[in-house]
Amino acid sequence: MSVLQSNVPDGPLSEKWTRHKNNLKLIAPNNKRKYNIIVVGTGLAGGAAAASLAEMGYNVKAFCYQDSARRAHSIAAQGGINAAKNYPNDGDSVWRLFYDTIKGGDYRAREANVYRLAEVSANIIDQCVAQGVPFAREYGGLLANRTFGGAQVSRTFYARGQTGQQLLLGAYSALMRQVAKGKAQIFSRQEMLDLVMVDGMARGIITRNMVTGEIERHAGDAVLLCTGGYGNVYYLSTNAMGCNVTATWRCYKRGAYYANPCFTQIHPTCIPVSGDYQSKLTLMSESLRNDGRVWVPKKVDDNRPPSQIPEEDRDYYLERRYPAFGNMVPRDVASRAAKERCDAGYGVGEGKAVYLDFKRAIEEQGEKAIEAKYGNLFHMYKKITNENPYETPMKIYPAVHYTMGGLWVDYNLESTLKGLFVLGEANFSDHGANRLGASALMQGLADGYFVAPYTVGNHLAANDLERKKIDTKNPAFDAVEQDVRGRIDTLLSIKGRRSVDSFHRELGLTMWDFCGMARSADGLRQAIEKIQTIRHEFWENVHVTGTGQELNQELEKAGRVADFLEFGELLARDALAREESCGGHFREEHQTAENEARRDDENFAHVAAWEYQGDDVEPVRHKEELEFENVQLTQRSYK
Amino acid sequence: MKLTLHIWRQPNTEADGEFKTYELPDVSEHMSFLEMLDVLNEKLISEGQEPVAFDHDCREGICGTCSLMINGQAHGPDRETTACQLHMRRFKDGDEIWIEPWRAKAFPVIKDLVVNRSAFDRIMQAGGYVSVNTGNAPDANSTIVPKQNADLAFDAATCIGCGACVAACKNASAMLFLSAKVSQLALLPQGQPERKSRAINMLKQMDEEGFGNCTNTNECEAACPAGISVENIARLNRQYVSAVLTSRD
Ligand SMILES: Cc1cc2nc3c(=O)[nH]c(=O)nc-3n(C[C@H](O)[C@H](O)[C@H](O)COP(=O)(O)OP(=O)(O)OC[C@H]3O[C@@H](n4cnc5c(N)ncnc54)[C@H](O)[C@@H]3O)c2cc1C
Ligand code: SF4
Ligand code: FES
Repeated sequence: MSVLQSNVPDGPLSEKWTRHKNNLKLIAPNNKRKYNIIVVGTGLAGGAAAASLAEMGYNVKAFCYQDSARRAHSIAAQGGINAAKNYPNDGDSVWRLFYDTIKGGDYRAREANVYRLAEVSANIIDQCVAQGVPFAREYGGLLANRTFGGAQVSRTFYARGQTGQQLLLGAYSALMRQVAKGKAQIFSRQEMLDLVMVDGMARGIITRNMVTGEIERHAGDAVLLCTGGYGNVYYLSTNAMGCNVTATWRCYKRGAYYANPCFTQIHPTCIPVSGDYQSKLTLMSESLRNDGRVWVPKKVDDNRPPSQIPEEDRDYYLERRYPAFGNMVPRDVASRAAKERCDAGYGVGEGKAVYLDFKRAIEEQGEKAIEAKYGNLFHMYKKITNENPYETPMKIYPAVHYTMGGLWVDYNLESTLKGLFVLGEANFSDHGANRLGASALMQGLADGYFVAPYTVGNHLAANDLERKKIDTKNPAFDAVEQDVRGRIDTLLSIKGRRSVDSFHRELGLTMWDFCGMARSADGLRQAIEKIQTIRHEFWENVHVTGTGQELNQELEKAGRVADFLEFGELLARDALAREESCGGHFREEHQTAENEARRDDENFAHVAAWEYQGDDVEPVRHKEELEFENVQLTQRSYK
Repeated sequence: MKLTLHIWRQPNTEADGEFKTYELPDVSEHMSFLEMLDVLNEKLISEGQEPVAFDHDCREGICGTCSLMINGQAHGPDRETTACQLHMRRFKDGDEIWIEPWRAKAFPVIKDLVVNRSAFDRIMQAGGYVSVNTGNAPDANSTIVPKQNADLAFDAATCIGCGACVAACKNASAMLFLSAKVSQLALLPQGQPERKSRAINMLKQMDEEGFGNCTNTNECEAACPAGISVENIARLNRQYVSAVLTSRD
């Protein structure tokens, strides 16, 4: 039997969550104040969980590395959030949202989790509206919807191109209210550097105060990791500069299993790379594909400006290849199609871009209507590229955007370490091998508002934590703190010749070349070797300026890059072990004659969860078999 | 292009700071302003010098982390543009650029160009929310909001909390920031029950944090990267006056 117990409750799919909630152990209202909960991360997942737990009466300590909880990277989400409200009356339902998400994930997610996600999606919209989140509305004053990739209904709620910002500020304001009430405390500019286990349970964390450099200990009755995704292992991505793998990686090294790290999402519509000084890539929201049409010239190396390429010389390749979904195919499909055209020589710009054209939409709807929908995105595009997308098509290319993999969690969102819960992008749970647009915001808020607050209470009650109080004087903290200090001292003492960023860039290029949109056994083996070489050089030749007792951004980066250099290898190993193509994971050896991904349900309908065995020792790959009782596995087709 | 940079260097809050001058010989016009600083830092590190500390995260104008005074202007010369979205094509060969942190009593410098803006969080704690617990919400479409109000509320809600309004104001007032939140909630039905206490408490907190008073110079609006309008300040003042006149506690 697998060591991985998903703890999915019995019963019909649609009743599992309700039944489970009825069976969870409760903490009486007056007793909640006796428990301390540590929440690392204040994005949608962490902000929502911290606020909700504090409202229930727990004492919450929330941590983030930014200077304010409001700046977590959820703030940057643009396009929208899905919910099965069926307000447009186009036949949407919990079942359909569930089905689209399972299918969109290429059948590599757990049915029960995804169903629950669809089920609570409607409550999320209610909650956010009650907080004052200004979603887009129709003239009659009711909420508006738009369509996102992988769906044939309109179920995406949005706030112009700033949906993440508005949702996050909603969660942040709820959290600020709890701070004012004394139920929550915020520790900003604090980075979690390790996890403390006491008697087999997660009971605390070690952090570094990024202003003073002090190493701090924090104890609690449960630890919630809500630390976001690891896309920055590729260096260039749409993530914020500080997004990191450190918190989840440190927990992995303390025994939590890492699930499906090779499931990464390359988003089809980003502004292409322009020079080697480039520090990040900017997303152009998927919502643009509602009105924008993707094309390349029909002739190789056609250097005419787009305005001079007549219709008959244009190849609207998504509409051609996928007539049913057209420009709205899911991200993995759209990204691969762009790469295919560019590799075949049809790319524009310097060969590494395709056009996203709004000409027809502007003709049909008028410039005003397009501006109302996408004004801020067009503005952003112009600022970065100096080109006006109202007049000339955008140039776009795929970029690393989201990571479906993450720490393995059961139905309660608890990792393989008792008392360590993982929420939001940091866990692996709901998106399988490919996430549909507008589903990450939904998942972060579902986990934070509507799942973890119940399951964490169950953990506290079931394990009788009221009688197992500990504090930071516990010797377990001494050992972990010493490890943390040791690492920092080593990083500062190497004083080599290369900057931290130069290592990060080198790692990123390796990841992109060998573990990007197309992967092969040969390439992945090379990647593993290269990563090891870079890592060895890092520990001998990195130069970290300054000291540990001050604000030191080089030291912060060095710690993160050191972890990416270990994590990248696991990602490559996972990609190598998964001998199939599914979702964002495309193995060149496994494709159909039409270059579509070929899944292998017989051998790979499972979650891969990796167990750490020691540095420089191969980790163990565990499997959680996925059982599909409610949906039929089919070859995903968007044709 | 070749640039001469004068950058404020200050080791910590207590220490005195000063401008230091750096030459950058080879800046591409396609770089963002922060990428230009990255290049400078790489150069400093390779010469064994301390890189310049500056705040940034999303680098796409939405998180509100970046906070640079560039040639005396908060976020630099472009309207409705954060420092991270400013591009070097805005400058020309031979330019001298002065780069400073936000300057305000309520925003003490932590190091170099990094300041402490936690006062903004405390202003939000004083009332920048609707009191609704998770799970208490009615169906979303049971609250109807006229599109016009929803749009105005949205415009106010786009404040990124960067603090440029404070830095640009000769009184270091936080009125634009505060009025954006008060307006957003005052324009929505959800914000009505607490609208009086919200305006009063947030203003009180602003005073306690050491921000100055508003004397309507409108410098804040000109500096604001999110395009927050000073009409929000007028709306806040109306809210405040009516709250003070009718408040019973
Ligand atoms: C540009 C962009 C646009 C997107 N648009 C959409 C969209 O339209 N719809 C959609 O559904 N999804 C979208 N996504 C995806 C979605 O935004 C994210 O998946 C989601 O917001 C992640 O939320 P989170 O709470 O898990 O993590 P985050 O919001 O990333 O928060 C992570 C938190 O953890 C903290 N943290 C991290 N590491 C540490 C550490 N070591 N110590 C202490 N604190 C730490 C950070 O400070 C932060 O508070 C987009 C993503 C990007 C990048
Ligand atoms: S009002 Fe404008 S300048 Fe002031 S904090 Fe908000 S976004 Fe920044
Ligand atoms: S770095 Fe996020 S707004 Fe500038």
